[in-house]
Amino acid sequence: MALLSSATGLRISAICFALMLLCGALAVAASVGETAIPVQTVMDTIANHVWHAGRDVDPIDAGIVWNYRLSRAVVAASCGAALALSGVVLQALLRNALADPYLLGISAGASTGAVSVAILGLGAGMLGLSLGAFIGSVLAFAFVTLLSLQAGRGTGAIILAGIAGAQLFNAMTAFIVTKSASAEEARGIMFWLLGNLSGVRWPDVWLALPMALIGLVVCLWHARALDAFTFGQESAASLGVPVRRVYILLIGVSALMTAVMVSIVGSIGFVGLVIPHAVRFFVGTRHGMLLPLSGLIGALFLVGADVLSRVIIPGQVLPIGVITALIGAPAFALILCHGRVLR
Amino acid sequence: MTLELRDVGWNAGFKKIISDVSLRVEPGEFLGLIGPNGSGKTSLMSVLAGIRAPSRGQALLDGQAMKKVGRRNLARRIGFVEQQADTIDRITVREAVALGRTPYLSLLSPWSEDDQAIVQKALEAVEMHLMADRMWQTLSGGEKQRVHIARTLAQQPDFLLLDEPTNHLDIHHQLGLLDLVRTLPVTVVAALHDLNHAAMFCDRIAMMDRGKLIAIGTPEQILTSQNLRDVFGVAADIERDDQGRCHIRYQVGISGQTGIKKDRVA
Repeated sequence: MALLSSATGLRISAICFALMLLCGALAVAASVGETAIPVQTVMDTIANHVWHAGRDVDPIDAGIVWNYRLSRAVVAASCGAALALSGVVLQALLRNALADPYLLGISAGASTGAVSVAILGLGAGMLGLSLGAFIGSVLAFAFVTLLSLQAGRGTGAIILAGIAGAQLFNAMTAFIVTKSASAEEARGIMFWLLGNLSGVRWPDVWLALPMALIGLVVCLWHARALDAFTFGQESAASLGVPVRRVYILLIGVSALMTAVMVSIVGSIGFVGLVIPHAVRFFVGTRHGMLLPLSGLIGALFLVGADVLSRVIIPGQVLPIGVITALIGAPAFALILCHGRVLR
Repeated sequence: MTLELRDVGWNAGFKKIISDVSLRVEPGEFLGLIGPNGSGKTSLMSVLAGIRAPSRGQALLDGQAMKKVGRRNLARRIGFVEQQADTIDRITVREAVALGRTPYLSLLSPWSEDDQAIVQKALEAVEMHLMADRMWQTLSGGEKQRVHIARTLAQQPDFLLLDEPTNHLDIHHQLGLLDLVRTLPVTVVAALHDLNHAAMFCDRIAMMDRGKLIAIGTPEQILTSQNLRDVFGVAADIERDDQGRCHIRYQVGISGQTGIKKDRVA
């Protein structure tokens, strides 16, 4: 009653706060870089582009902000949100704390697809690296799905099929790289696998952002169904949840989100596994709250990690996957220890 | 208010787990389901709960095929407590019970004060209201089982289905739980391991053996020395108290008796 409405109020204000923080982070991300550009210029540039405000901005600054940094920051945010959401969904449905978006073989398939295009020259120049990665990840996901259906139902079968699929596709990637790639190519692929936002432009935004938003809406729509899986599949079924439909829809959406993100930026680790756990420590396991906040925190985390990857070593961009793990792992360790004290 | 199975069979893959079960649950009764390990009790319970669709025959709620009734409507009529459902999630007792409102909630009818009151009532019914804010992981086995029952009560069902609800509980909690269930204003179907519990609490008992329902009737009719020897492979004397209740006294070490069951299995 009073307790409930205050909880709802708290929930809405927490989400609003995170949303504001994300907007701030995007502005900062657009201003920080090799040439620092004042936040005011960033704001003016956005105003000019969004509602033709006609503010006076240096065209070179405006170009850097709009064409390079802002698009990159928005993709980072979409990607962080999508990976965190996939993590939440897979951990809830598979009842496994170690489930992450790459569990279903998607990143392994993406890397195989990418090297097939980049090194073997598959598609004869018709396919880009991203499209190759996307096709690879979809194929790997299809393989894992078929395998898990053959292996019988149950969450264990899906996890084992995912491991088998990931190993197989990783082996194919390694095979192609060692057999055909030059040292230079191998390094490039390695860099791409660890996550790379540098080539990102607005067309990528129009792919990543809608995908993340659609994913968020679909997941939120099923927040109560995800809650109902607390005590497992059978219990969810006895609470009136159409288990099979929810499985197909939500795992499908998670896989699609992950495949799209991986094909744009490579496989950035850690976000999808750890952000859901970290957010759970603070807001509990009910998905009405967990989903939007995980999405927002995931977005914030990746925008921040991208900024760091650009500034931490002057003149050099680190793979963002390195930053997410370097910062994320100790931060998560802190939360883990702190969480145990709280309990 | 009827729950009925007609010639129901259920397969796991190609293996027949239960076959030819016809059963009608009468309103208001406490129906016990007994049978040796692997006799199909759990499968029968989940068909009865509408979680598994029968491979053959029909499962009916109020004379209508469960498939047509729909999952959400089924969940509003039938509450099901599985054997030992556990979770790694950090949730409170109240949150666990609130899950029972799932079949009533949607985007158009979100969580309301009514739901809150129903959850509170369910917690009080199982006497867990003072522990409502405890974390699930801190509960004992008996407390967890009572929370599960409260969760199904929050579904406001007409039928409460329990699959071996007293497993792993000490004797005090076993009796307390069954006594609690008996006093609830719902029709109960419970798979029970302890035959004396079945004798004490059930209005009727259904006995399963190797996937078939072989007998159904009052405890006096079902719990006979003959049945216990044929189905469970144990020797036992049945005693009756002044109120006509039966009580089973098992015997061990009588040669030939336990051998019967072994032969049948082989």
